[in-house]
Amino acid sequence: MDISIRQVARSFGAVDALRGIDLDIASGELLALLGPSGSGKTTLLRAIAGLEPIDQGRVLFGAIDATRLSVQERQVGFVFQHYALFKHMSVLDNVTFGLRMRKRATRPPRAEIRRRGLELLELVQLPGIAERYPNQLSGGQRQRVALARALAIEPSVLLLDEPFGALDAKVRKELRVWLRQLHDDTGYTTIFVTHDQEEALELADRVVVMNAGAIEQVDTPAKIAQQPKTPFVAEFIERRAAAAAT
Amino acid sequence: MHEPASVRRYDNALIEPAPVRWLLIVVTLAFLAVFLLLPLVTVFVQALRNGVSTYFSALTDADTLASIRLTLVTAAIAVPLNTMFGVAAAWAIAKFEFRGKNLLTTLIDLPFSVSPVIAGMVFVLLFGSRGWFGPWLSEHDVKVIFALPGIVLATTFVTFPFVARELIPLMQAQGTEEEQAAMTLGAGGLRTFWHVTMPNIRWGLLYGVLLCNARAMGEFGAVSVVSGHIRGMTNTMPLQVEAMYNDPGEYSAAFAVSSLLALLGFVTLALKNFLEWRHGSELAALRGRG
Repeated sequence: MDISIRQVARSFGAVDALRGIDLDIASGELLALLGPSGSGKTTLLRAIAGLEPIDQGRVLFGAIDATRLSVQERQVGFVFQHYALFKHMSVLDNVTFGLRMRKRATRPPRAEIRRRGLELLELVQLPGIAERYPNQLSGGQRQRVALARALAIEPSVLLLDEPFGALDAKVRKELRVWLRQLHDDTGYTTIFVTHDQEEALELADRVVVMNAGAIEQVDTPAKIAQQPKTPFVAEFIERRAAAAAT
Repeated sequence: MHEPASVRRYDNALIEPAPVRWLLIVVTLAFLAVFLLLPLVTVFVQALRNGVSTYFSALTDADTLASIRLTLVTAAIAVPLNTMFGVAAAWAIAKFEFRGKNLLTTLIDLPFSVSPVIAGMVFVLLFGSRGWFGPWLSEHDVKVIFALPGIVLATTFVTFPFVARELIPLMQAQGTEEEQAAMTLGAGGLRTFWHVTMPNIRWGLLYGVLLCNARAMGEFGAVSVVSGHIRGMTNTMPLQVEAMYNDPGEYSAAFAVSSLLALLGFVTLALKNFLEWRHGSELAALRGRG
């Protein structure tokens, strides 16, 4: 589903977290929101999900105006930075939660729910851990369970908040390749937030560079790297690249 | 016992020297014996002094049975009320930001910081015959003071903080991410509470309810003010104990009823320890995790 953001603004007291953001995301696109902390990227992601109220503007899901829709009605797949898995539920119960919470009329039968849960665990390459609990999993495994749980509701859009932030460097690289693969296989419109320019440039179809609640540049990774539009983008990309090189 | 030298060196680095350890243990045990164990033993010795049959006849006395019933009824109303209030208050404080939150947190502790006698007086001033609502109540023939409603109100007031105080730190530590995740997965408020929040707080909640119940059944001061001390009518167990104690003929019967209250204390502690033993790691994990 394509998503349009129109003049979205949000302030916390005196701080403008988002100042009139306009952005169009194409269906099936893999988009990165890149910026330093405090740039508003996570606020924007949460605003799309409906987890953060907005003061002004509109959020459109395809032809539907989602601005007034509740979190539940938006049916977004959200993967939290620290995964937010349900500690007291098995992995399978975590993954099938969205299906089990459906109203009776649209809820699949129990056997079908179980089958889909196991299927999703296959998809995220975690067969055989259905009966385990979140605290028995590694960080990378938790991340993938969280992703499977978000995919279970067949979301209108997949939103990931710093998806690799809590993982060590090696797992991070592996998961990055794997996520790109998963995106290409499933075709969900995907938006992820990161402060790591290398991650954004390597993984995304397009990168949105944000600073102080506004968008500095929206372009393909190649263009962002070669033709930065503003001094901020140039400096942010360069400084990160320099840091990575040393 | 003989130990290898290397082990002993290791021990010494971590643990106080033996005499210090023994001193601390002896002091602690002596303190516990004098201040906790001895009084409890006295209660049971006094209760059983005139034989087991006297003990049981004291307990099956009509007024005593009435007081036990009143205590159970009071707890059966006050504890569920405070469970609901406690969960609601803890939920509001732990999961939302709003003006006056600190004030609310302070207010929850009020029943602990104010003398129970004041708690009783408040209700007399409100609902007593010369109180604010007194005339209206007597016009409509509703008795609050010197009756069950007053006793329940006073008990509820005094035991209000237990559940809320147990839950607030627990819920604060857990944050709201799991609830947000449940919402994105389509769960409404009530189902989120039932399927996500509740399982995460259940042992802490049970713990708070246990403590709340123990205090609800044992409360003396506040209830004493509003009860009117009518034997067989408005005396709860603690009040019945006092009434019997002041009556020379029922001296040992007073201790028989006391022993029941003491038993309640034991059962509460046993359940509490059982919970800690059975679910301690879970409670600790819930508390420790961010």
